[in-house]
Amino acid sequence: MTSETWADIGALEAIPRRGARVVRTPQGCIAVFRTVDDRVFALDDRCPHKGGPLSQGIVHGTSVTCPLHNWVLSLETGEAQGADAGRTLAIPLRVVEGRILIDVSALAGRPVLAKAG
Amino acid sequence: MRHFQKEAFDADVRPAERQRLVIVGNGMSPGRALEKLFEAAPEAYKVTIFNAEPRVNYDRIMLSPVLSGEKSFDEIVIHGDGWYVKHNVTLYKGHRVVAIDRDNRTVTSNHGVVEPYDQLIIATGSTPIVIPVPGCKLAGVLTYRDLDDVNAMLLAAQSRGKAVVIGGGLLGLEAAIGLKERGMEVTVVHLMPTLMERQLDAPSGFLLKEAIEARGVKVYTKANTREILGTDHAGGPSRVRAVVLEDGTEIPADLVVMAVGIRPSAALARDAGLEVNRGIVVGANMRTSDPDIYALGECAEAHGQCFGLVAPLYDMAGVVAAQLAGDDSAAFNPSATATKLKVTGINLFSAGDFADGGDREEIVLRDAARGVYRRLVLKDGKLIGIVLYGDVSHGAWLFDLLKRGADVADVRETMMFGPGAAGGAPLDPTAAVAALPDDAEICGCNGVCKGKIVEAIKAKGLTNLEGVRAHTKASASCGSCTGLVEQVIRLTVGEAYAPAAVASICGCTRLGHDDVRRLIVAKGLKSIPAVMQALEWNTSCGCAKCRPALNYYCLCAWPGEYEDDGQSRFINERVHANIQRDGTYSVVPRMWGGVTRAAELRAIADVVDKFAIPTVKVTGGQRIDLLGVRKEQLPAVWADLNAAGLVSGAAYGKALRTVKTCVGSDWCRFGTQDSTGLGVKLEKFLWGSWTPAKVKLAVSGCPRNCAEATCKDVGVICVDSGYDIVFAGAAGLDILGTQALCHASTEEETIEIIAALIQLYREQGRYLERIYKWARRVGADSIKAQVVENLDRRRALYDRFVASQRLAQRDPWSERVAGKDAHEFAPIADLTLLNAAE
Repeated sequence: MTSETWADIGALEAIPRRGARVVRTPQGCIAVFRTVDDRVFALDDRCPHKGGPLSQGIVHGTSVTCPLHNWVLSLETGEAQGADAGRTLAIPLRVVEGRILIDVSALAGRPVLAKAG
Repeated sequence: MRHFQKEAFDADVRPAERQRLVIVGNGMSPGRALEKLFEAAPEAYKVTIFNAEPRVNYDRIMLSPVLSGEKSFDEIVIHGDGWYVKHNVTLYKGHRVVAIDRDNRTVTSNHGVVEPYDQLIIATGSTPIVIPVPGCKLAGVLTYRDLDDVNAMLLAAQSRGKAVVIGGGLLGLEAAIGLKERGMEVTVVHLMPTLMERQLDAPSGFLLKEAIEARGVKVYTKANTREILGTDHAGGPSRVRAVVLEDGTEIPADLVVMAVGIRPSAALARDAGLEVNRGIVVGANMRTSDPDIYALGECAEAHGQCFGLVAPLYDMAGVVAAQLAGDDSAAFNPSATATKLKVTGINLFSAGDFADGGDREEIVLRDAARGVYRRLVLKDGKLIGIVLYGDVSHGAWLFDLLKRGADVADVRETMMFGPGAAGGAPLDPTAAVAALPDDAEICGCNGVCKGKIVEAIKAKGLTNLEGVRAHTKASASCGSCTGLVEQVIRLTVGEAYAPAAVASICGCTRLGHDDVRRLIVAKGLKSIPAVMQALEWNTSCGCAKCRPALNYYCLCAWPGEYEDDGQSRFINERVHANIQRDGTYSVVPRMWGGVTRAAELRAIADVVDKFAIPTVKVTGGQRIDLLGVRKEQLPAVWADLNAAGLVSGAAYGKALRTVKTCVGSDWCRFGTQDSTGLGVKLEKFLWGSWTPAKVKLAVSGCPRNCAEATCKDVGVICVDSGYDIVFAGAAGLDILGTQALCHASTEEETIEIIAALIQLYREQGRYLERIYKWARRVGADSIKAQVVENLDRRRALYDRFVASQRLAQRDPWSERVAGKDAHEFAPIADLTLLNAAE
């Protein structure tokens, strides 16, 4: 069992409501979403369909619509909604005194990507 | 000579028996009578109509939605000009008939037209009652009867001032809410203790008062108007300034609307010596005391009673038509009618007799929290009165029980909850309609029963609402039974029923694009949350389909006032670049009319080198695309491009894209005009505007059309005499040649026409609907009428476009270079650096 590793990635206020920001990690990007009612979720920033960057999608309710082909994914589970089937990794997250912490141990075992220039 | 021969020929073949039917008045009842007559005996009469109103026949019941802004006048027209032409009807618009000469069988209009008749229909309608208090003739005191009244109210409402509506009946309340929706401060003054006392009992009248007050309208009941005060003559002609009640209360008013009732307009008939009581007296055969003269509609008095609701008036129309077609047995027998208030969000239904009495029993349900009140009045085991407030879904079923005089002993304990409640059956929305017998009335206005709809669907193979409306008239008047009619269609055709006619924007709402747009304007909704709240969105913040549409609609409706919501834009429009399949972006600077110069090309080349941009491609729109730019590089790339004078080409937007040109008369030996120069001017004029979908233009210097203008959204083909403007082409998923819009003789005129066209498209196009689809939907003729033929309309569209452009023409790239939306272009955290440090 891997123990949890919480990393502070920034303030809640740094993410627009109904929007997202990206966290770069050695294992690829994580999308961090803020809903209209200030709930925060983190997903692997890759749509299970064609790898589209979910962080660039439109956030509505607790879902995001992928910008490439309009798949709708649950922010809570990473599961594709409606007729589409697939799932992206949901990353444990908590908000402590307005700071967002994500559990980077969830990425353990994933291949480390070559660092983008 | 041929001309004379032809006339003689026509005269010869004219059927001798073709009688002359003259109609005085062009309201809904005579319109309906003619429809029925043309069905039954299409060749029997040569028809002439005199209409005191200067217009065609329209649905008067729908004036309130016009007042509130939920419908436009065009949408409530029953018979357009074409209908009169088709049926060879002569319509004198704006002619008031001033005399009937029964001896010589002619009528005379106020403009001196004398028309002979064989049969005459008097359908003069009614006149609103004006209470004769001091000041009732002041400027600013109106009644509520026709389109002119609505227009006068709309004009007054522009001042956003104060309005007092005298009369808390159906019409008065609809006027009050409409004026409130138009931004006025509104007070209703009602003589009786409760509102709509003729249709509602006291408890539901009270609920209604609360609902009206919740809309921000002040209500005085038991209030008698003593006098209307005017302004001092010193400041010009006196106009209304306040209403004074009997108890001395003074209510300030810039507009007073009297809606206290109607009086049959019978003066013309009285002057002609016909028998007149309150209305023009007719027998069951609708004939007056002169058997060749009928009276029809609100002016008629049948069985000692005058009528104001549409259902009995349409029944009368049917009788008149049948009599004219030779059916002497046709007779008018009034039946019970139901009332509904046409105010969005307030649901009430009443029918029959609901007065208290010793010989009556009543069943009452109240649910205060939900604002529900239902009262059923029974007599001798039969339902005789219904009042429903809040939830009116069982109205049709109960009204059917009432009209049939059914014995309700078996269902009396459950009927309050609708037909499905008796057996504890599941609440299938179509169950209530399935339970209706074939003779149950679905459409009260037009007297259409369920069986007739089912029959029409089966016989004509109908699959949608439009078809049913066309063949049966069900739901074609006030529209409040639309839901029921749709359920009948669904029950009859099953899964094949596709209610595509009013497809909703998305699953978040039942409303379609056009309704939403109209309501955004009518209700002054200026933010996406405001739209969702007011229009009862069923999701907390919409979805990826409706949000961009709402953002566009608000932007278009409120230029300068609406704050663009980036989070409701697709990523490309949010970051002003095109996302690619690998998550990188492409960058396309504008090249005006496809013309560039060395300095621009050098700057582009330098940017490509500096940022190691992998692909450079010339686009189909005559400019250069830089592909594979990473998001965080965008502001720096834009900064360098800006420095060379290059701005965003909006290649990512539902917006003006490119204006493609050929070299025209500057270089080309065939060129007739400066097509390049015109293309540049057009692009500089139009850039920056947001549109429902992308807009691409082209200008060709001669009919050889090297710029391929005839497959663009808008194209210009230069000719010796000027500029041929074409539009509604497509060269994508669909391939479609353009159609001609018009010819213009100068560049200025060309630009004005194209700007007006694009503004009309901006105002009417549904989000993501390209120009060719919009044109197909609304019809090229309606577009030409507004952009080409009506110069005032063209100018107004052009002015609105210019006003909106003043705020839209800002380069989004330079704004972001200056720091706008910086969060978009940088990660919130970079844990790769953290790991490297460890």
